[in-house]
Amino acid sequence: MHLAHYLGLLHRAQVNLAGALRQVAESHGDEPDIALLCRQQAEICDRHAERLGPFAERYSAAAPDEPDRLHSELFRGTRTGGIGLLRDLQDLYLMAAECDICWTVVGQAAQGARDRDLLAAVQDCERETAIQLKWLRTRLKQAAPQALVVAS
Amino acid sequence: MDDRIENPWGERTPYGPGERWPTRVDTHLADGLAESGVDRWVRSASILHSNGDAMDIAVKDGRIAGVRGRATDRVNHGRLDPKDLYGWQANNSPDRLTRPLVRDGGRLVESDWDTAMGRVVARSRELLDGPGGWGHFGFYTSGQLFLEEYYTLAVIGKAGIGTPHMDGNTRLCTATAASALKASFGTDGQPGSYSDVDHCDAIALWGHNVAATQTVLWMRMLDRRRGPNPPAMLAVDPRTTPVAREADLHLALRGGTNQALLNGLLRLIIHNGWYDERYVAAHTLGFEELARVVDGYPPDRVARICDLKAADVERAAELLGTSHRLLSTVLQGFYQSNQATAAACQVNNLHLLRGMLGRAGAGLYQMNGQPTAQNTRETGADGDLPGLRNWDNPAHIRELARLWNVDEMTIPHWSPPTHAMQIWRYAEQGSVKLLWISATNPAVSLPDLARVRRILSKDDLFVVVQDIFRTETAELADVVLPAATWGEKTGTFTNVDRTVHLSEKAVEPPGEARADLDIFLDYARRMDLRDRDGRPLIPWDDPEGAFEGWKACSAGRPCDYTGLTYEKLRGGSGIQWPCTPDRPAGTERLYTDGVFHTDPDYCETYGQDLATGAEYTAEEYRARQPAGRAFLHAADYQPSPEVTSDDYPLLLTTGRDVYQFHTRTKTGRAPELNAAEPEPWVELHPDDAEALGIADGDPVEVTSRRGAVRVPARIGGIRRGAVFIPFHYGYFDVDPEKRVPRAANELTLTAWDPVSKQPIFKVAAVRVTPIHEGRE
Repeated sequence: MHLAHYLGLLHRAQVNLAGALRQVAESHGDEPDIALLCRQQAEICDRHAERLGPFAERYSAAAPDEPDRLHSELFRGTRTGGIGLLRDLQDLYLMAAECDICWTVVGQAAQGARDRDLLAAVQDCERETAIQLKWLRTRLKQAAPQALVVAS
Repeated sequence: MDDRIENPWGERTPYGPGERWPTRVDTHLADGLAESGVDRWVRSASILHSNGDAMDIAVKDGRIAGVRGRATDRVNHGRLDPKDLYGWQANNSPDRLTRPLVRDGGRLVESDWDTAMGRVVARSRELLDGPGGWGHFGFYTSGQLFLEEYYTLAVIGKAGIGTPHMDGNTRLCTATAASALKASFGTDGQPGSYSDVDHCDAIALWGHNVAATQTVLWMRMLDRRRGPNPPAMLAVDPRTTPVAREADLHLALRGGTNQALLNGLLRLIIHNGWYDERYVAAHTLGFEELARVVDGYPPDRVARICDLKAADVERAAELLGTSHRLLSTVLQGFYQSNQATAAACQVNNLHLLRGMLGRAGAGLYQMNGQPTAQNTRETGADGDLPGLRNWDNPAHIRELARLWNVDEMTIPHWSPPTHAMQIWRYAEQGSVKLLWISATNPAVSLPDLARVRRILSKDDLFVVVQDIFRTETAELADVVLPAATWGEKTGTFTNVDRTVHLSEKAVEPPGEARADLDIFLDYARRMDLRDRDGRPLIPWDDPEGAFEGWKACSAGRPCDYTGLTYEKLRGGSGIQWPCTPDRPAGTERLYTDGVFHTDPDYCETYGQDLATGAEYTAEEYRARQPAGRAFLHAADYQPSPEVTSDDYPLLLTTGRDVYQFHTRTKTGRAPELNAAEPEPWVELHPDDAEALGIADGDPVEVTSRRGAVRVPARIGGIRRGAVFIPFHYGYFDVDPEKRVPRAANELTLTAWDPVSKQPIFKVAAVRVTPIHEGRE
């Protein structure tokens, strides 16, 4: 059974997203809404990662060694300025999208494994990840014209 | 008349439920002038608060010489606020701006209209030339202009320049009211009527010190309280305001915890079966989710979060849950606090759960802070679209494009219009290069003033200020345009309960000052703004023409003005919108049939996530099939962005004083009002004061992470751990040599609600230290 690999991938994706959200909050402190909401969303990612812990344990025994290439590296630090903010938010969006699709995959696996607890966890968390995606899209849409067409 | 400084609310005229509120005509005339000596009375209403009290202006020898409340008006039945009784004197102030000013060699010097407007237009043309030129323009207006002026400004900005960067000081006072109404009911528009005070059996005031902010509404409530079968009263406020003292139950909760309290109250309403199951089933969506979320807020937990007694939370729920005709009012204690929109929506939820809407006494006022804020919202001079249209609905954009005869792509609608704090951020970053500020004073009213002054002083930002006095903001402008004000120009405006009044020109403005409408029209002409057929974009040239233009824009929308004319408003007094040919007398209450404005083709928003502001799409909205039902929005409590720490152990809240309005540009120039409260102060709980060794009247320093102010202490009137400073006070009336920091907004933080984008003025962490004279 390979579910543990995907749980590991999802866990790593949540931890990475939490870290990236905190870095963006830190380096774009002059955008108060970004700083505040990134910190709030980072806490949600922390909770997601915590919630995955027991399931990772439950399925780890059955897992062969995790292939490294399952880990993704979407984020390599923050940038500055209006376009920098756009690029950083886009990175966050892609990282949240990775979480989102992982929840889908893990949710399918939970069905196959007849694991009601895991399924409930997925259903709670994927809703929150969907909101993160939606928020990032909303904020990107707002920022794009000014950053790409207006600012010199 | 008795001294209305001593007693701001005047004498009581008690009345019982269902009776007509007795008339009491308040008048104040210049010294020595009797009513018989008045040359003319000119029709108007108040612009020194948002209650919309009708009055007539006394004219003597071509000058304003007093005011008299209009007995026949539905709003005030003759009464006036002390700010209105005395505030008109500011019109005659000798330091009015009478000529345009331009900055030359770093100094503002007197000039003429051609030079001043020439500079504005030259800079505008330069900026507009080239792709993305629209994005260099920001318009920051007010809650004090007239409907005709806002609508003209909206057309200039949205159809002429094509910029989404239009907002107003209304963002600081009323944005959450609009957001909460849209979120719950589909569009903006106040469900209730002031006459609900006459019929209710319980009044709940949510973060609303109505005794200071809308004194005439408070008089009406007090008159009910002194009459037979008075309504019960609940006050939710960290301060011991006159409202809190009058109330049967006062919940002095910890700042920033409104959402937790409301969740707890709604839980008790549901658990005790105090909700109207039939109304909920027929007229709302989202009950299951709301019930699930609020279930996590039992009284003990609420008591811990809010620092209240659990028994008081239960008493409050009983007061709300067992009333038969419940009236709620909401203001800045919710709007300028943590989780503003979420908490304001919970008050809507309370009324939806209990079926307390659309009938006499079952009223809900999501209040406005400023006199004409409702019109800024309706006309789209702020972060809304004209006629309460939905920026994300292509059919609504097409309607506007047809009305204005411009290309749809000219009208920015790729996102919601840019909110004020973001406009200021773009100016800080340098992409907004022209900021036109009309009739407001952000150098005193915005949060974190050091930052605001820095932005206004930037070399690459061209600042236009249109005002009646040389305000703290005007001092930093590149061009200052002298404006006419109330009593010197004609136009309409609308109050909280949708009552439209006409305010007519009584006297000439001083010197070369011009009506704000004429200034905007002059700009449109000089910019040669045209429609797609080459005709002038703005076809009107006077207030009545602008009003007729607005009527066409409002047709078929919730704020329908098509049944109103200047002539009709002259004939009677205030009339409530919607007013159409079918409903010529206006509309007292909305949603009398429980059908809300949530139809996807009609609604003003497709909705947002309350925690993040994430926008839902049209498809997602349609999938919920609202079919005229209202939304019950649920949200968990989240602590506010700034909480106390060892270094900053107290929570600052800012607010108003009954004698002052906004940044005192007018009330600070009315002798009686100024003398009543000439200086700011900080309120402290006696225990906190004692621990700090501070006695009443001692000078203290209040420090936050942003800055510090020095003000005298007042002991009492507020809960332990909290301090209060009124936000009105700036620097214009202090000798520059003697100025010390005293504006409350030196301390406040730059943060805002994710949905309404209203700044958070009510929760800044501070410390207070005594200033020992002679030791500095």
